[in-house]
Amino acid sequence: MSKQVEALDMQEVLAKVNPVLEKHGYDDGMLVGILQDVQAQFNYLPREALIAVAQRLGIALSRVFSVATFFKAFSLTPRGRHQLQVCMGTACHVRGAARILEKFETQIGIKAGQTSEDMKYTLETVGCVGACALGPLVVLDNEFEGHLTVDKIEPILERLD
Amino acid sequence: MITVNINGKDYSAEKDETVLAVAKRNFIYIPTFCHNEAVADYGSCRICMVEIWTKKGKNKLVTACLFPVEDGLKVETNNERVLFIRKNIAELLLAKCPASAEVAEIAAQLGVYETKYRIEKDGNKCILCALCTRVCDEVVGRKAISLVNRGINREVAIPFYDNAAACIACGSCVYICPTNAITMTDKDGIRTITMPNCEMKFALRKCNSCGREWIPEKQVKYFLSSAPGLTIEEFDLCQSCRK
Repeated sequence: MSKQVEALDMQEVLAKVNPVLEKHGYDDGMLVGILQDVQAQFNYLPREALIAVAQRLGIALSRVFSVATFFKAFSLTPRGRHQLQVCMGTACHVRGAARILEKFETQIGIKAGQTSEDMKYTLETVGCVGACALGPLVVLDNEFEGHLTVDKIEPILERLD
Repeated sequence: MITVNINGKDYSAEKDETVLAVAKRNFIYIPTFCHNEAVADYGSCRICMVEIWTKKGKNKLVTACLFPVEDGLKVETNNERVLFIRKNIAELLLAKCPASAEVAEIAAQLGVYETKYRIEKDGNKCILCALCTRVCDEVVGRKAISLVNRGINREVAIPFYDNAAACIACGSCVYICPTNAITMTDKDGIRTITMPNCEMKFALRKCNSCGREWIPEKQVKYFLSSAPGLTIEEFDLCQSCRK
């Protein structure tokens, strides 16, 4: 929340938001689905997009903001090009997920929940991704990287552009 | 008409009334925070827990403000089981709102003076009952505020913590707050509404006769736009000078 985000051009925002609303038939009951699709367009939920969604659906901005802040899957700040989700579930935990996370944090130089200065990485922790046999693991742009050791982390990060 | 038994005495009630409504009418005290006649009941504070037995033999603890009465329902508002759970709820509320005199008062009624739970945030008064957001939605119709985030980060806020566009500065949220977590002052032509996480300022309109600043400009604008017959002259005089 700390980083200042520049205001976007409303015309450009509407060009991306309108087709999404069209697809969902301007149904405010589909708000979560609409926000998911809007986030897919921008990689996050820009302030202008939320205002546009509220206006076009004819619902209160406070409701859109409430939903957008409720779900962890939504981000109100820009996210990095690569999403790193380190699993902190029980199985990964006992196999040293804490050390894996620490290595990611020191390697990239950010804390969990933050995005790196160059917008390359967003580092997050998740409860359990249901792939306990692979633990400890990281979900890297929706791909599972399992059986991690601290030594494997640097090569993984170097592989990314 | 149906008959409900509360604390061993029979009372008549309408179908679909809540336990709390019947109890209140008959002067049976049940503590509440999140109940207010102006808005629909919500059941968030849990302090009004009572024990019920239905005719069919169901026995459980329910919130009096939400549970609809039925014929032959037996209610106890003050037995050991109820007081045990209510005291625990009071302790949780004390941990949530260490700065609230109102929470401390109801807790003291129950004999609870300290909490075994960790104090969440010093100085907090908000119990997250959502009365403010509900009155803004149901009565005022502006929906300027809502509950945002979730879990331990849940709080009342205006959109983006800075967008008070929908607020008309009516102060309904201030008046309805059961713990005075939202406050309001009118000074030097400015109405300031202070929420736990933000402060909003609104210009006030002066009375042409006595000079008192009596209504927020945004509220006047809202009235004018929602009632086509109204003219701006109607707001020249305050309530006292209008007679």
